[in-house]
Amino acid sequence: MQLQYFLVLAAALFSIGIYGLIASRNAVRVLMSIELMLNAVNINLMAFSSFLDSEEIKGQVFTVFVITIAAAEAAVGLAIVLSIYRNRDTVDMEQFNLLKW
Amino acid sequence: MNLAEGVQIVSLGLLGLMMISAALGVVLLQNIVYSAFLLGGVLISVAGLYLLLNADFVAAAQVLIYVGAVNVIILFAVMLVNKQEEFRPVPKQWIRQGSTALVCFGLFALLSTMVFQTPWFSSTGATVTTTSTTVLIGEHFFSDYLLPFELASILLLMALVGAIVLARRELLPEEIISPAQQPALTLPERPRQPLVISSGTSSSPGSTAE
Repeated sequence: MQLQYFLVLAAALFSIGIYGLIASRNAVRVLMSIELMLNAVNINLMAFSSFLDSEEIKGQVFTVFVITIAAAEAAVGLAIVLSIYRNRDTVDMEQFNLLKW
Repeated sequence: MNLAEGVQIVSLGLLGLMMISAALGVVLLQNIVYSAFLLGGVLISVAGLYLLLNADFVAAAQVLIYVGAVNVIILFAVMLVNKQEEFRPVPKQWIRQGSTALVCFGLFALLSTMVFQTPWFSSTGATVTTTSTTVLIGEHFFSDYLLPFELASILLLMALVGAIVLARRELLPEEIISPAQQPALTLPERPRQPLVISSGTSSSPGSTAE
């Protein structure tokens, strides 16, 4: 049980999340990729708080905050996706160019 | 290596394998419903990793909030936008995906070399705290992290109201509604009508490919 294993797992999860964020075309899948990246960050925080700061576990407090923010982000993001779907009748990310030009 | 460390290593390997394979399934599978259920698998594996790191409270919170709330919200969104549409192929798409995969693999290689070459302070192993983690987290919440705790509650309220405002239908203006034709206890919303594909919306190719 070493710190490096957890950090490498978190790095792999973060890279997979970035790939899904950029390469996927369904808007709901983009939100799922954001959840994956937030979980990778949470694993990092928990590993550091358990291995380097096991007396007063401040990393776990920050993990609870990140979980809270992620729940709020998921609710608002999915509401935005539903609103765009109702207006544009598609969830393709290639056609969400309302604000581009 | 005694028995406990062996059990920890084996469960870490199993949880990591489950997590990485399920995350690849979330990103790479074509069917979005499979992706949503595999996301639940990823979140449960992450909760198992938290248990390996001596964090029982955060593991329970992860299962309750992520698997119980966020994943269910995502499943509801998948069902609400459940439209089997064929995405229009974009030219030079393989260049985009290939370069993205290359960049992500390079980022992973960079991060892993950084992790293995940095001399961390105590890589001897996780030491178990004597008191319960729930007590420690509660003390942090109500002493030195009191202001972020209250701000998080305000932010949750704002997100709740904002999600309701964004997801409800459009309101009718005030002068259209006469109080006689308005039935009691209903919101003055525009009635739901089937989406008419006119000349303006039929130019978007997603609706024609259904």
